[in-house]
Amino acid sequence: MSNSKSKSNEGRRRFIRNASLATFSAALGAEIVFGCNMPKDYVPVAFKEDDPYQLFNKHKDLIVLNNKPWNLESQPHILDDRVTPEDKMFIRNNGVIPKDINVRNWNLIIDGEAVTSPKTYSLSELKKKFKHYTYQLTLECGGNGRSEFYPPASGNQWKTGAVSCANWTGVRLKDVLNDVGITDEAVYIGYHAADVHLSGNPDKEPISRGVPISKAMQEETLLAFAMNGKDIPLAHGYPLRLVAGGFPASASGKWLERISVRNIVHDGPKMAAPSYRVPCKPVAPGEKVADEDMCIIESMPVKSLITYPKTGAMIRSGESLEVRGHAWAGELEVSEMEVSIDFGETWQQCQLEKPVNRLAWQHFKSTLKFPKEGYYEVWAKATDSKGVAQPMVVPGWNPKGYLNNACHRIAVKVG
Amino acid sequence: MNKELINSLKGLLGLLLGLSIFLVVFMVGLLVINQNPELLLSEVEEEKPVSLVQDDLVKDGVHVATGLVAKEGYELVVANCTNCHAADLVIQNRGDKEHWVSLINWMQETQGLWDLGDNEEKIVAYLSENYAPIQKGRRANLTDIEWYELKD
Repeated sequence: MSNSKSKSNEGRRRFIRNASLATFSAALGAEIVFGCNMPKDYVPVAFKEDDPYQLFNKHKDLIVLNNKPWNLESQPHILDDRVTPEDKMFIRNNGVIPKDINVRNWNLIIDGEAVTSPKTYSLSELKKKFKHYTYQLTLECGGNGRSEFYPPASGNQWKTGAVSCANWTGVRLKDVLNDVGITDEAVYIGYHAADVHLSGNPDKEPISRGVPISKAMQEETLLAFAMNGKDIPLAHGYPLRLVAGGFPASASGKWLERISVRNIVHDGPKMAAPSYRVPCKPVAPGEKVADEDMCIIESMPVKSLITYPKTGAMIRSGESLEVRGHAWAGELEVSEMEVSIDFGETWQQCQLEKPVNRLAWQHFKSTLKFPKEGYYEVWAKATDSKGVAQPMVVPGWNPKGYLNNACHRIAVKVG
Repeated sequence: MNKELINSLKGLLGLLLGLSIFLVVFMVGLLVINQNPELLLSEVEEEKPVSLVQDDLVKDGVHVATGLVAKEGYELVVANCTNCHAADLVIQNRGDKEHWVSLINWMQETQGLWDLGDNEEKIVAYLSENYAPIQKGRRANLTDIEWYELKD
C-alpha cells in the first residue's frame, strides 16, 4: 500500500473517530450542532464499542445502564458474598473516569474557609504520617431503586443492585483535618476530584459533593487508598477516595484531589436541588417541588436484599428453603429482620448478625417451609434501631426518585 | 528493407520479452496472493468505510447502534443527545412532553446543551411518544423471571 494512501486512510479513520456522529448524522441528513467543547482526543462516540466487563473486570451478571458515563449495576444474587468483591460491585459515575493517573505526583490539598491554613499532602505522606484503619462500609447510590417510581423520575434507572459493602483501608479524615487545623466556622466538607465533565469542559466539575463536618469527623470516615486489601480499582476511585459509609455513595468522592473545609453547606455541582435532595415535606406523586423546599439526603434508609437464592427458584413439594442476605440502615443499625411468604400477612423472624463494625451491612438467614404447592414470593423486611421498617410499597414519591427502600422480594415455585 | 525486417523482428522480440516478463510477474503475483490471501483482503478492508455503513442499520424497528426506537425523529435524538451521554440514558427513562422539556431545559442550564431550535419540538414529540410513562402502581408484579431448579 502506498504511503499517501495509508496516510489518507489514517486521516479518514481519525476523522471518523473524532466526528463519527457528525458523519453519521450527515449521512442521515439530520442537522447537527456541536455545543460541547470536546477535547481533541476525546472520542465522542456513544456507540457501544467497549466491553465494560473487560474494561472494569466485572462479573457477567452486572447490568450496563449507561456507557457515557459508565454506570453498571449489580444484581442481588451476585451480592451474596459477605464482603463485596471488586467484580460484583456497581459502578456509578457522573463524569468521565480520569486517565493517566500519576500516583507519584498525586497530592491531596486540604483548603477552604474553615482551615487555619491550607496544607498539601503527598499520597505517601498521608500513608506514612497517619494511622491506618480498615472498615467494611456500605455504599449505596441515592437513586438505587429509582426505576420503581411513578411518575418516572429521570436519571439512571437503577433497580436493586446499586449497593456494595467492601473493606476500605485508609486514614481517618478527622486525623488529617486535626493535623491541618480547622476553625469553629467549619460546617461542611466538599471534595474535588480528577474526573472530567461529560461535556469535556475542563472548567466544569462533574460532581463535587461532601458531608456535614460531624460526619467528616466520624471514626469510619476515611481517606481510603485500598479496597479489599488491594489498591482501589480505577473505576472505584484509584488512587484515593473519600469513603463516608451510610450516606448516599455520591458523598464518597472518587479520584480525590482536594477537600475544602467550608463555612457554609458545600455548594459544588450536584449539591444544589434537585440533586441528591428530597422534598423536606412529603408530596403527592408528580407534585412540583420548589428548589428551596428540597432537603439534602444524609443517612440512607433501612433496607435489605435477599442474595440467596436467585429469584426464580423451583423446589420440590415438602422441601424447605434457606434464604439469606444482607441488611443495612444508613447511620443506624438493623435491629430486626423478617421474611414473609404470604405478601405480609405473616412474618417470620430471621437470624440476624451484628455488623462487623458500624456502617457495615449485617447478614441474615432463615429457613422457610411452604404449606402447599404453588407460586410464592419471599419478601424481606428490615427494621432499624429506631423501630422504622422497610415499606412493602414504594415509599414517598420524590422528583428525582431517591431512597426507594421498599422490601426486596424473590419468586419461588413449589411443586 | 532488411533493416526494416530486422527492426520489426527486434520490436516483436521486445514485445514478446515484455509479455513474458509480465506473464511471469503476473503468475508469481498470483502465486503470492494465492499463498497470502490476506494481502488482498487487507487492501479490501482498508477500502471499507469503517463501520459507518452499519451505523444507520435498523432492525425490528430499532436503531441497532444506539438501541433507540427507529421512528420519526430518532436521527435528531442521535445527533443532539448522544454527543454527551449514551442513548441508554434516554431509553431507560420515560416521561410526558413536560418531563422531557424540563430535562432539556436542565441540560441547557447546567450541562452545556445547545439551543435545539426547531428540532426541540420534534425531539420532544419523538421522546414523549416513544418513551411515554407507564403506570406501574405502588408495586408492580415481578416480571421476566427466569425459572430454574434449585439444587443444594
